[in-house]
Amino acid sequence: MSIRLQNIGKHFDAGRQRTQALEPVNLDIHDGELIGLLGPSGSGKTTLLRIIAGLESADPDSGARILFGDRDVTQVHVRDRRIGFVFQHYALFRHMTVFDNVAFGLTVLPRKQRPTTGEIRARVHRLLEMVQLEPLANRYPAQLSGGQQQRVSLARALALRPDVLLLDEPFGALDAKVRQDLRRWLRHLHDELGFTSIFVTHDQEEALELSDRVAVMSNGRIEQIDTPDAVYKAPANRFVFEFLGDVNHLEGEVRDGVLTCGEARLSASLPDGPEELLLRPHEVRLAPAPTPEARLPVTVTAISPVGAEVRVELAADWLGEPWLATVRHADYERLDLTRGQRLFVIPRRWHRFNAETTQRRQAMTA
Amino acid sequence: MQRIGDAPAVRRTLVAAALLLAALFLLLPLVAIFAQAFAQGVGVFWSNVSDHYTLRAIGLTLFITALTIPVCLVFGVALAWLVTRFSFPGRRVLQTLIDIPFAVSPVVAGLVYLLLYGRNGWLGGWLDGHDIQLMFAWPGILMVTIFVTCPFVARELIPLMQAQGSREEEAAVTLGAPGWTIFRRVTLPNIRWALLYGVILTNARAVGEFGAVSVVSGAIRGQTNTLPLHLEQLYQDYNTVGAFASAALLALIALLTLAAKATLEWRAARQEAHP
Repeated sequence: MSIRLQNIGKHFDAGRQRTQALEPVNLDIHDGELIGLLGPSGSGKTTLLRIIAGLESADPDSGARILFGDRDVTQVHVRDRRIGFVFQHYALFRHMTVFDNVAFGLTVLPRKQRPTTGEIRARVHRLLEMVQLEPLANRYPAQLSGGQQQRVSLARALALRPDVLLLDEPFGALDAKVRQDLRRWLRHLHDELGFTSIFVTHDQEEALELSDRVAVMSNGRIEQIDTPDAVYKAPANRFVFEFLGDVNHLEGEVRDGVLTCGEARLSASLPDGPEELLLRPHEVRLAPAPTPEARLPVTVTAISPVGAEVRVELAADWLGEPWLATVRHADYERLDLTRGQRLFVIPRRWHRFNAETTQRRQAMTA
Repeated sequence: MQRIGDAPAVRRTLVAAALLLAALFLLLPLVAIFAQAFAQGVGVFWSNVSDHYTLRAIGLTLFITALTIPVCLVFGVALAWLVTRFSFPGRRVLQTLIDIPFAVSPVVAGLVYLLLYGRNGWLGGWLDGHDIQLMFAWPGILMVTIFVTCPFVARELIPLMQAQGSREEEAAVTLGAPGWTIFRRVTLPNIRWALLYGVILTNARAVGEFGAVSVVSGAIRGQTNTLPLHLEQLYQDYNTVGAFASAALLALIALLTLAAKATLEWRAARQEAHP
């Protein structure tokens, strides 16, 4: 079922203070899509999700409308919206067994729509089978691990076969390994059952890996909505660029096509004046000697060889904050990197966002 | 390693002092009550307890308590729900107001009710015109008892409901449950032990309340005398055994309440470990 959000704004009044949690937001979500709302805390992503669910209401004066397919649900109560909601901390009913938790939605249906006890039992067992928790049907939530609890909570949300599944930081409270498994499993479930899902996360990797499209939010605004590939490769503005990964800053003064910053020099065909360039760690190449275009001397301050690439921290007098570079293990061995070693940075490419948030990039000859 | 109080002498002294004080101030009076009540034999005790006026006093006390508990229960749950689940202007003020009955001396409470609802009172005059008498009758006793006991249930529930949060209720509503179903199947099971505990405290206080009741009851023997008032009257009449017989009854109720409270706490602790 497609979801259309029109002018969804929200403010909170705390005494005399008025906080704008959401600036009027518009968003179209296609049928069967898996959308990630990504942003730092306080960006309004959870508020937006709760408004879609009906747990909170949008400001009425902004002409807010929420459409599920052709159905206008703006004024429809949560319990009649037919959504499944998965909470960050599971929110399982602590005094009920796993079975009763999953069955809850079916047992509170009006008598006429309610399946028979036998049907409910069969359906709950099918759901528990699907989340691989059938042997634990008679346990209480407190006796389960976090990952198991979240699976129960998913099964509970899916029991009523909702058209829309909303997940609020579903994996936020779990450890990395479990998180990875559940992510894969949710994607699989989504593709198999074909519901439309929106999930909230502050984890870039999770959003980019799981979503069909990612909506990057900050300060109550959607900064960009696009496929994971597009938001990463073509960030709409500086915020999106910085939020989606580690960033190295190079601030300096451009004169006659050369950017100068202390003892550092970089040829760049840019207009004269103050300038700030941004580089991803993998766009930083390390070399024992400078090139005619780039002379950026740095000192290695820390090396972390764990993982597919070696992470190297770099410092220099002309740098405000240390830089981070990722190098291949082969290069690491070839350069024979040690802490305290003096090297030169050769940028492969850099990014630049000016005040109008239009973005340019330039490939450097490596 | 030696910690403070680890020296055997210090420890023994502290334990002895604690036990001595507990015996002097808590245990001894309790023993004395029963000793006095049965001083002239079980027969005399029994004739005192089964005395017409004593029986009426017991009846009135139980009647008032039986009416107070449901009122406090509904009031406490509604108030706790309101304060912990909604945010509205004046929420903090309301939370402070709950404590007024604890802060105010019961005698003052009784006097205020007398001032308001007594025959010459602000509202009492109008009520008198309609032939409704609240003061010096059981409705007055009920009113002050409710005033004195109404915070117990709310006080027990508010911290618990605050700690539990409203997520389970939100989950229930997204699953389509109507309001009453949510209360019955999600909220109530989560607060049941605190609720029972609040009821036990309410019960103890309602049975034993003296100050506020003594102001508004008029202490008409056989009519508006509750058990604590009756006890005091007997004592003033130099009927020591009679007074202590009534006191023994009250003490017995107190002991039963304590036992019930201990059982509840034990069960709640077990519930926590194995839900």
